[in-house]
Amino acid sequence: MVVKLLYFASLREQVGSSGESLDLPLGVASVATLREHLIARGGVWQSALAGNRALRVAVNQDLAVATTAIKEGDEVAFFPPVTGG
Amino acid sequence: MSGQSDVRVQTEDFDAGAEMAAMRRGDPKIGAVAAFIGLVRDVNDGSAVRSMTLEHYPGMTERALEGIVTEAKGRFRIEHARVIHRVGELQPTDQIVLVITAGGHRGDAFAACEFIMDFLKTQAPLWKKEQTVDGTRWVEARGSDDQAAARWEPRQA
Repeated sequence: MVVKLLYFASLREQVGSSGESLDLPLGVASVATLREHLIARGGVWQSALAGNRALRVAVNQDLAVATTAIKEGDEVAFFPPVTGG
Repeated sequence: MSGQSDVRVQTEDFDAGAEMAAMRRGDPKIGAVAAFIGLVRDVNDGSAVRSMTLEHYPGMTERALEGIVTEAKGRFRIEHARVIHRVGELQPTDQIVLVITAGGHRGDAFAACEFIMDFLKTQAPLWKKEQTVDGTRWVEARGSDDQAAARWEPRQA
């Protein structure tokens, strides 16, 4: 299934991309498994998304948790903790 | 300015006085208006700040702020609330954010204003990047902001 991925702020700079359309293999259907899938790219993806880094994830513009399901056509955004105001 | 959204994310500056006047115009139920304005300081974490760039997530930022305003209206007795947050490049002394709440009495107006700011700082997708004399850096989230948001009891369903 194809999903739209977005990266913001320091994470966007680290991975050198503001977003992409990605065809996910079978078995990648949650926030946690998607993060693992991206980490498996290695290099900057591994360091930027590593499990010990505090990151927020939104699915279709709602804050999500590790177990949140991902389905065809979803917009999934990864970003660091927010610092507005 | 009736009919305007409660939430705006914009590069332009805002006029707090005009926004407050517009919010309560012609509404005799309003006995109290509370407002908060956040500004760019020239020093942060020991470094002189030359300028700041605010990034957001178009669509989600507005959606998150609207959710926070809706939650505030459910928790507190207020008639109106408005949030304006600027994005793009800002200089020291520039205005960043405006929160206005209005209701019958000051207690709920003050509390709702503080509630909105506490959740804006921890929930709304906005990120600050500072240009300092020592270089460029992303502002780190503060634990004290999480603690401020955690003060508010979960609302009973």
